[in-house]
Formats: sequence, structure tokens, C-alpha cells
Amino acid sequence: MTTIPALDVVELKKTYANGVEALKGVSLTVQPGDFFALLGPNGAGKSTLIGILSSLVNATGGDARVFGVSVLERRNEAMRLIGLVPQELNFNFFEKPFDICVNAAGFYGIPRTVAAERAEKYLKELVLWDKAFQPARAMSGGMKRRLMIARAMMSEPKLLILDEPTAGVDIEIRRTMWKFISGINAAGTTVILTTHYLEEAEQLCRNIAIIDHGHIIENTSMKRLLSKLDVETFVLDLAAPVADLPVVPGVALARVDDMTLEAEMSREHDLNSLFAALSASGVVVRSMRNKANRLEELFVRLVENGKTGKADSGSRAA
Amino acid sequence: MELPMPSSPNLVALYTITRREVIRILRIWSQTLLPSAITMTLYFVIFGRMVGSRIGEIAPGIQYIDYIVPGLIMMAVITNSYGNISSSFFGAKFGRHVEEMLASPMPSWVILAGYVAGAMLRGLIVAAIVLAISLFFTHIHLYHPWITLLTVLLTSLVFSLAGFVNAVYAKKFDDIALVPTFVLTPLTYLGGVFYSVSALGSPWKEVSYANPILYMVNAFRYGLLGISDVPLGVAFVVMSGFAVVLTVVGMALLNRGIGLRS
Ligand SMILES: Nc1ncnc2c1ncn2[C@@H]1O[C@H](COP(=O)(O)OP(=O)(O)OP(=O)(O)O)[C@@H](O)[C@H]1O
Ligand SMILES: [Mg+2]
Repeated sequence: MTTIPALDVVELKKTYANGVEALKGVSLTVQPGDFFALLGPNGAGKSTLIGILSSLVNATGGDARVFGVSVLERRNEAMRLIGLVPQELNFNFFEKPFDICVNAAGFYGIPRTVAAERAEKYLKELVLWDKAFQPARAMSGGMKRRLMIARAMMSEPKLLILDEPTAGVDIEIRRTMWKFISGINAAGTTVILTTHYLEEAEQLCRNIAIIDHGHIIENTSMKRLLSKLDVETFVLDLAAPVADLPVVPGVALARVDDMTLEAEMSREHDLNSLFAALSASGVVVRSMRNKANRLEELFVRLVENGKTGKADSGSRAA
Repeated sequence: MELPMPSSPNLVALYTITRREVIRILRIWSQTLLPSAITMTLYFVIFGRMVGSRIGEIAPGIQYIDYIVPGLIMMAVITNSYGNISSSFFGAKFGRHVEEMLASPMPSWVILAGYVAGAMLRGLIVAAIVLAISLFFTHIHLYHPWITLLTVLLTSLVFSLAGFVNAVYAKKFDDIALVPTFVLTPLTYLGGVFYSVSALGSPWKEVSYANPILYMVNAFRYGLLGISDVPLGVAFVVMSGFAVVLTVVGMALLNRGIGLRS
């Protein structure tokens, strides 16, 4: 069965006026109903890609289709399908959140009566209703971010794109946002999310693309990606300082300080042999944790590989 | 201020922008409506009462103050239409909320028309205020109401469009302040607001005819007083010509995203 993808990006390129090559031929596909993570280090090109999808940035090559509609050729139609939560705050601080939402809906041709109902609904769901009628500048940073989500929902888009919606937001509010966005996704909206909080992407997203230096370096399902992680690193907190480290076959044991060890091992390797060896040499372990969350560990590896890979072909970029 | 709601998406969008512009004008009325009222009252008092009384009649039955009122109203229309769109649209660019519109499905013409409608409304409101104030100082008859109205509409259209183009290119607030100070005000003063260019000698007379504002001031004066330094037909060709060219330029800038999309 072939369904029209929610997003189909083909060899998309962007070179800014100052000569920066932000996208060097990016291709990816997002299926309808997906919750998709777009990850990458600072300056990788995520916001540039999102800028092109929302028509705020002009592509210099390639194409992007939203539910089969080309953003480059049929802009107005394509924009009808997209809701955008940009990385930078971009509403009028002197306007009231209610007006910001109702006017945003107006730009999509949604009459004021309908828009007023929706504004109330989404501002309430995002716990902003008590701020709805005072100037937006009076809101806290986290509230401003939620306002941008409410605004993006006014057109009830088929594809919701969120560019770091949780940046600088406290954990409780982040959870409220996750719940809200998951609900939107469960109701059928395709969601694309960028974030630097990798546990957030791991929890929420089903598919993932990692972009670095304007190239997609990974595009797969979250499950498959995580299963690729063959090595895990544990941090062990000790009860007493240790002088000599035992040798444990299959485990790379390293001292961080007197009271802390790091154990890197294959995921197949069992923990029993490690603890047996530690016990035998009199090392008492107080507590143990993963050094990084799984996705984070993978991400760092992939991006690091990308860097070494780039060093080889560095002359090409110049 | 709810009007019957339009139903087509583009009309809803147009109404949304225009409504937001009008609310902005009324909310900051002390910056948008009051300054011209004060400036023009001063002009009426100084040039009309104090200076004008020594000049006497310019034409049979027309006092000096009557003669300068049309030009002063045009001056208010020009600065207010231009100032409204350039500061509002540049403000939207500067505050980034122009992105709300650029990332929406609205076609370019709706954005342009919405901002121009807001700016023209400010021009017209100020024109009405200044005209009302002038009635305390003058005895103006509306000789040709339709010519008066058409001139004021075309003039505010031309300068709304010009202000929009300025705002698109502007990168900082200085960029939208320069044109009014160094171009619009001098051109208006030299556009026959205070004197008849037909009385000028060569080459100033010829140079004056190259000034588009001259045609607007004279067409308006014709509407109010029935006298003009230029043929009315030429005046309307000049105004319409500028309106068409600036519309094409404004649309091209929006469509290509110059100064707006990176
Ligand atoms: N308007 C612009 N003009 C010139 N260069 C730009 C512009 N916007 C972004 N860039 C450059 O393009 C590259 C990609 O930037 P982009 O904002 O897309 O990265 P990002 O992945 O969103 O990063 P972050 O995680 O920091 O938000 C960077 O090198 C950046 O400096
Ligand atoms: Mg970014």
C-alpha cells in the first residue's frame, strides 16, 4: 500500500547569502501520523530545514512536499497544512495572547467566531487562559513557548513542526507540553520535533533523523537506532577508595576519581561477572547508573564519527 | 467594532490585518492622530492668521489661508500614510511577527492590501481631522467632492505603497526615518503647498514640475477651491502611474521575499 507521506524532502539544499552551506542535499520522509525527531548539534541545519518547510527560508535546490503538495511550487496550499512553532519567539509582545491566536487564525482564513472558540480551547489546555488578556510580554519564558504552541494549533494543522519547543522550560512544564503534543499526535496530527533533550526524543518519538553539517547521517526508527547501541557505559559509585582495579574480561574499567569508576562493556555482556570480580577484589559498589541516556550515547558517537569522517574529506568542503 | 464577517479565506485574512492596523492606530492615537492635528493647527494660526492676513487675496475670493489648506491636508495625508505603514510593517519585521503572516497560506496581495488599507485609513482619518480643524480658520467650499475624494485616496495609496517598499528594504529604524525627513518633507514644501509654482522663474518652475507631490497638491486644491497650476488629467495620470508602479514593486518584493525571507 502506498500512502502519500506527510513530508517528503528530496535533495534539499540551502546556501545562505553569506555563503554558508546550511543544507547540502537533505532527503527524508515522514509518514502520516508519525512522531518524528529531527536531531543534530547546534548549527547542523535543523532550523534551516524547518525554515524552508514553513516558507520563511528560500531553498536553493531540491524540493519538499507536504502531503504531496510542494512547498516551493504551491506554497499557499502547502502552508495550509503546516503548523509552526519556531525556535525564536516571534509574536508581538504588545499584543494579548488571545488576540495573537485569533489573528493568527485569521491569516489562515478562519473566521473570528471559530477562532475565538479555538483560542479559548488551546490556551486553556496549555494553562495560559489566565494570561490570555494581558500583553504577552508579561508572560514568563515557558509561557511564551506554550503560547507559540497554542498559536500553531489555531489552524489545526495536519503537520505540526516544533523547533526546540522545550528549550529553557522547567521539567514540570515540559511534561505538560509532552502530554499536550502526544495528545495532538494521538488524535492524528503528524509531529516533527527538534530538541537537544535526547531523553525527550527517546520517550516521545517513533522515528528519527540525525542531521549534521547539512547532511542526514542517520534516518531510522527509534527502536532500530537504539538497538544499534552495542556498548554501554556505567558509572559506579564506591563505598571506599580503591587502589588497584581488578581486571574483568570484556569490561573496560577506568577510574574517574578515588570513589568513582566507569565500566564500558558490550550490551551482551552480563553484569554478574563484573560484580563478582569487583567483590573478589574487595571493591564495594554503593550505586550504579548509566553514564548517559541511551540515545545520548548513540548521538554523541554518531556525531563524533561524522567529525572524523569530515576530517578525511575536509578539503572538499573548502 | 464587529462588522459582518467575510467568509472567503482571503477576505478573512485581509479583514484580520486591516482590523489589527486600525486597532493599532486608535490605541496609540496620541502618536498616530494627534501630532498632525497639532502641527496643522499651528500652520493655520501662523501662516493663516499672522502671515496670511498681510498677504491678502491670492485669487478673487481666496485668502492665503484658503490657498494653503489643501496642501497642508495633503502633507498630513502623505506623512501619516507613509509613516503608518513603514513603522507598522518594519515593526513587524523587527519584532519578527511578520513571520506569522509569511508562514501562513495568505497570498502576497492580501498582506500588501491589508497594510495599505490600514495606512490609507489613517491618512483619511487624519485628513478628516485636519479638514475639520481648518473649518475654524477658513471658508472652504467643496467645489468638486469626487475629485477631492479621488485625489486623497490616490495620494494615500501612493504613499502607503511607498512606505511599504521603504519598510521592506529597511534594516534599522533609522532607515524608515530618513525618507520622510530628507525626501518627503522637502518635496512637499517644494510642491506648491505655500505658493503657486506658476509664479516661479526658470529653472525652478520646470524643476517643480518634476515633483510628483505638486500634482497631488494641485489636484486636491482644485477639488477644494477650483484652482490648479497643472492640468487635472496630467495630475491623475501621474498619481495613477505611481500607484501602479509601486504596486508592482511591492508585490514583486513580497513574492520574492526580499528583505523578508532568507
Ligand atoms: N539567516 C542566516 N544567514 C546566514 N547563515 C545562517 C542563517 N541562518 C542560519 N545560518 C547558518 O546555517 C547553519 C545552520 O543553522 P541552523 O539554524 O539551521 O542550525 P540548527 O540545526 O537549527 O542549530 P541550533 O540547534 O543551534 O538551533 C549555521 O552554520 C548557521 O550559522
Ligand atoms: Mg535551530
